[in-house]
Amino acid sequence: MPSITKIRLEIISNLPVTHNCFRLELAGEGLPAVAPGQFVQLEVPGKFLRRPISVHDASSERIVLIYKTVGEGTKILSQMTPRQSLEVLAPLGRGFDPGMSGKRALLIGGGLGSAPLYSLAKTLLAAGKQVEVILGFNTAADLVLLDEYRALGIEPAVVTLDGSYGIKGVVTDAPIPEHDCFYTCGPLPMMRAVCRQLEGPGELSMEERMGCGAGFCYGCTIQTAGGPARVCADGPVFKKEDILW
Amino acid sequence: MVRDLSTEFCGIGLKNPVIPASGTFGFGLELADSFDLNILGGISLKGTTLEPRFGNPTPRIAECEAGLLNSVGLQNPGVLALVNEKVPALRKLYGGCIIANVSGFAVDEYRECCRIADGCEGIDIIELNISCPNVHGGGMAFGTDARAAAEVTAAVRSVTHKPLVVKLSPNVSDIVAIARACEDAGADGLCLVNTFLGMRIDIKTRKPILANRTGGLSGPAIFPVAVRMVNQVAHACKVPVMGCGGVATAENVIEMMMAGASAVQVGSENLRNPFACKEIVEALPGVMEQLGIEKLSDIIGCV
Ligand SMILES: Cc1cc2nc3c(=O)[nH]c(=O)nc-3n(C[C@H](O)[C@H](O)[C@H](O)COP(=O)(O)OP(=O)(O)OC[C@H]3O[C@@H](n4cnc5c(N)ncnc54)[C@H](O)[C@@H]3O)c2cc1C
Ligand SMILES: Cc1cc2nc3c(=O)[nH]c(=O)nc-3n(C[C@H](O)[C@H](O)[C@H](O)COP(=O)(O)O)c2cc1C
Ligand code: FES
Repeated sequence: MPSITKIRLEIISNLPVTHNCFRLELAGEGLPAVAPGQFVQLEVPGKFLRRPISVHDASSERIVLIYKTVGEGTKILSQMTPRQSLEVLAPLGRGFDPGMSGKRALLIGGGLGSAPLYSLAKTLLAAGKQVEVILGFNTAADLVLLDEYRALGIEPAVVTLDGSYGIKGVVTDAPIPEHDCFYTCGPLPMMRAVCRQLEGPGELSMEERMGCGAGFCYGCTIQTAGGPARVCADGPVFKKEDILW
Repeated sequence: MVRDLSTEFCGIGLKNPVIPASGTFGFGLELADSFDLNILGGISLKGTTLEPRFGNPTPRIAECEAGLLNSVGLQNPGVLALVNEKVPALRKLYGGCIIANVSGFAVDEYRECCRIADGCEGIDIIELNISCPNVHGGGMAFGTDARAAAEVTAAVRSVTHKPLVVKLSPNVSDIVAIARACEDAGADGLCLVNTFLGMRIDIKTRKPILANRTGGLSGPAIFPVAVRMVNQVAHACKVPVMGCGGVATAENVIEMMMAGASAVQVGSENLRNPFACKEIVEALPGVMEQLGIEKLSDIIGCV
């Protein structure tokens, strides 16, 4: 299995991007490269286990995470300030395969699932592929990352459940652009609908409660078409046909 | 001054007492690319059963103050994969003590599993897990009844010449009675403790967090109980004791050894820090120096 690095990173910024989401930028010398779809295990002061968070964006010795405050750990994180430090384990998991077939990729994100797809979009664009993006949120107040995608020259189709922004409905209610392959990340029911309805090869990113996050405690195993698989090490990104819905 | 970290367990020399505990370090191979495993005194492998097992549904992990609950339920590829693939692959990379952790649901199953493990050259010690709280109708049932514990120990004893260590459940009112029963039935050593049966409830959904409802509590929360049990058993039994439960630092290792442990297993700490065992081994000489300990084995059972 690939080598894991444990490294203490400095908080560069930790600012709200919506009423309950934060953008955390961390930097430190010796931070290994993290590929789109991979995640880190982030220390939370006072908590026993680390928190798995996908990497939204990465450059040399810097990573950006987007997280939602859902429980105690992410609340503690949201109160941390620049120049404090956090220890991470990285890089973790198997990320997206940017080499999936064809020239036109469709990326479908639900909620904060939009975050890891962003670095994938960058990678695909750099490889000369055409990238279409559909993002779904509950309501307009939850919208994130639209400007970031636009800065890449992508105009995401936006869907909200309550119709307060963009198309009313779920991501599969948006007009589906032509594509050779797709990638999706978000709530399980959304990914299930996407994988059932879309043609072509597809990948999705799974979530599971984790212990180690690094493949050796068997805390996160799910049954897949290929047998038992650890979400943290054999995933979190799986091929659509691997998942037993 | 050079500090002597070496210790001995069931006649096997260990370069230091630090051993990742079963289930918290996979089959060793998972972390082999992250650091040189040869710094470890021993490695206790993921609990193995006769047949492959998927284990319990997820969530299998629930965090709590100073530790976690797990209900992995003995996911493993079966003893044949252990002896034919996992141990030989680990042996190529690792020269220290390899401990096979064996579990089961019936005496015959334990016996057959150990017979197969006995034939595997790379395995130095067989650790009999009679204490897993996460599987129904087996595991812990053997570890909470002195007669059943003795019966399974004796059955396994008859099929192996390898050192046999029985891993005890702390979910009992008289740990000494169980320990003595295992010793009398032929155990060469004892390992304590496994996890404490626990439960967490999500107060928003009013449902247990673990899909299995209950799970085993481990981590720093259980350290004082583990120290007490190790101390009681070390005084009551002649066979060596492996201390386990909540060990997270070099100081904890020393405390466990003072309580009576000849070697010390580190479990949950690996889950939050895969480098924990390595860091503990590296920290030991400094802590020994502060405490005026020249030879670590001198302190075993000094309390
Ligand atoms: C591979 C992966 C990538 C993720 N990426 C992101 C991301 O980019 N942004 C983001 O906001 N969230 C992400 N999550 C979810 C995130 O890990 C949880 O929201 C977070 O752990 C909650 O911690 P808490 O202390 O606030 O919640 P609490 O409910 O207090 O946490 C209690 C325990 O449950 C675990 N837990 C709770 N919810 C989840 C969950 N949904 N998934 C896994 N573990 C959970 C916690 O890690 C902790 O161990 C990801 C999860 C996984 C598995
Ligand atoms: C995720 C997990 C899996 C475990 N699996 C096993 C196992 O397969 N066999 C076993 O004997 N003990 C198993 N244990 C128990 C540990 O080996 C150890 O006895 C226990 O966790 C107490 O030590 P700790 O507090 O240092 O974790 C497991 C513990 C955890 C946390
Ligand atoms: S969380 Fe430990 S194996 Fe996946």
